[in-house]
Amino acid sequence: MIKRIKTNKARIKDQLFKYFAMLCTGLCLLVLALLLIDIISKGIGRINWSFFSNLPSRHFDESGIYTALIGMVSLLFLTVLIAMPIGIMAAIYLQEYGTKNRFARIVEINIANLAGVPSVIYGILGLQIFVRIAGFGNSILAGALTLALLIMPIVIVATREAIKAVPNSLREASFGMGATKWQTTRNVVIPAAWGGILTGVILSVSRAIGETAPLIVVGALVYVPFIPEGPLDQYTTLPIQIFNWTSRPQQGFITNAAAGIIVLLAFTFLLNGIAIWLRNRWNNKVKF
Amino acid sequence: MYKLESKNLNLWYGPKQALKDISMGVDANTVTAFIGPSGCGKSTFLRCFNRMNDLIPNVRITGQALIDNINIYSRNVDVYEHRKSIGMVFQKPNPFPKSIYENVAYGLHIIGENSKSIIDESVETALKQAALWNEVKDSLKKSALALSGGQQQRLCIARAIAVKPSILLMDEPASALDPLSTAKIEELIYNLKKEYSIVIVTHNMQQAGRVSDKTAFFYLGELIEYDNTSKIFTNPSKEATQNYITGRFG
Ligand SMILES: Nc1ncnc2c1ncn2[C@@H]1O[C@H](COP(=O)(O)OP(=O)(O)OP(=O)(O)O)[C@@H](O)[C@H]1O
Ligand SMILES: [Mg+2]
Repeated sequence: MIKRIKTNKARIKDQLFKYFAMLCTGLCLLVLALLLIDIISKGIGRINWSFFSNLPSRHFDESGIYTALIGMVSLLFLTVLIAMPIGIMAAIYLQEYGTKNRFARIVEINIANLAGVPSVIYGILGLQIFVRIAGFGNSILAGALTLALLIMPIVIVATREAIKAVPNSLREASFGMGATKWQTTRNVVIPAAWGGILTGVILSVSRAIGETAPLIVVGALVYVPFIPEGPLDQYTTLPIQIFNWTSRPQQGFITNAAAGIIVLLAFTFLLNGIAIWLRNRWNNKVKF
Repeated sequence: MYKLESKNLNLWYGPKQALKDISMGVDANTVTAFIGPSGCGKSTFLRCFNRMNDLIPNVRITGQALIDNINIYSRNVDVYEHRKSIGMVFQKPNPFPKSIYENVAYGLHIIGENSKSIIDESVETALKQAALWNEVKDSLKKSALALSGGQQQRLCIARAIAVKPSILLMDEPASALDPLSTAKIEELIYNLKKEYSIVIVTHNMQQAGRVSDKTAFFYLGELIEYDNTSKIFTNPSKEATQNYITGRFG
């Protein structure tokens, strides 16, 4: 006979587990909230226009994030410019063209592994290849190439998922009209997957935004009193600026660091927000 | 000369043979219905004529499929060019996630038509032929996915006929539709017959009886009987056919 009624013991276990899970979640949220409150209470007073527009300085109250912000935005821009087309093309090749051959399978396994490699390793690779061998020095270009390597696996995986979600019936409809593989990919598959691809790219940028270790290795400078004008100029970025400030003894620089963290967090939340918005919009629009 | 013809056509999916030695011919400007129980190979056979089975790995084909007396599986046939002359409508409506207009214009872009005015005109004609124009003429820019299932299927028909193919292959085009949409599509098939050679797969015996001139009955990968529709439905020469159309198996 099937037992329809849960025994008391099972029910208690069930309840206990539920409360335990709730407790864990609550604890995480609490820690996060405390961190946020701490940072915000320390740094919010420092955020004003001059904080954004000032160059770094020896005096904490004159010091700003102008160069770090410009450096970070140009670095990320260049990173996306490099990683996006290559990553998307690679994903298209793997998903639409090379699914059956051995080469694609080996690449596939490696990409999954690459996503797990510690970022500082990318820094060392970038140092050797881009900074030394290619001779780009401590430039934005070298940094962007390094970060591009870092986010490439994320872009590829996200793009493949998005492409995989495009139903085969759409490809058949296109082939049935006499379209070639490339025409089908370009006109049907990529547009249908575009929302997912963009979401992946944005999420990968929000990963890159906080990266410090590989950039230190490839020589992002700690103190840059000018803004970069081209891809071969030297630069600094916000996380490195923050890192630098936290290592100073004066309380004023700690406040600066807290303010910098608020700006960085705002950036990350913004990017994630855009990604979520895009995903929802895309899900609503494309119901297959 | 037949419009479509198959000669001793065999097809295997891996080790499994799905079509067994099928030979038949379809005349131009007629409607031919393929009937038979599920899994008997109707879709597979239909898809041989625009070589859609090429897309499936491990498919092996022997024998010939001819269109206008040319073996489309011969080496010098360009499969993409070949497919441009054949329209296909699938069982499930599969409009692209694009606007209504872009859906119908898709094939025109593929055949290399660039003139805006010609495309506009063809889109309108196709939508009118597919009996959809009146419902969508004010919302051509709207997403095709916002249409109802029946409208989507008529849109897919419009998309297929916009490039004026000479052959239309329809795989259960009305299976997911309500009686009203079905009636519209049947009427459409009747009207399109003047310009097209149409092959339609259907599970609906009444539908086969209403729209087709000839009917082919398939069973387990074999062509059992192929004759005028009136003969098949009133006086079939094979017992299996008789059993199937009277609903005794299948
Ligand atoms: N892609 C495929 N891979 C392997 N076997 C397949 C594939 N497509 C179809 N088959 C097999 O080939 C046989 C014929 O299938 P087909 O789809 O042509 O049948 P059908 O007559 O169209 O059936 P239905 O009326 O259900 O659509 C079936 O036994 C099916 O399992
Ligand atoms: Mg079928």
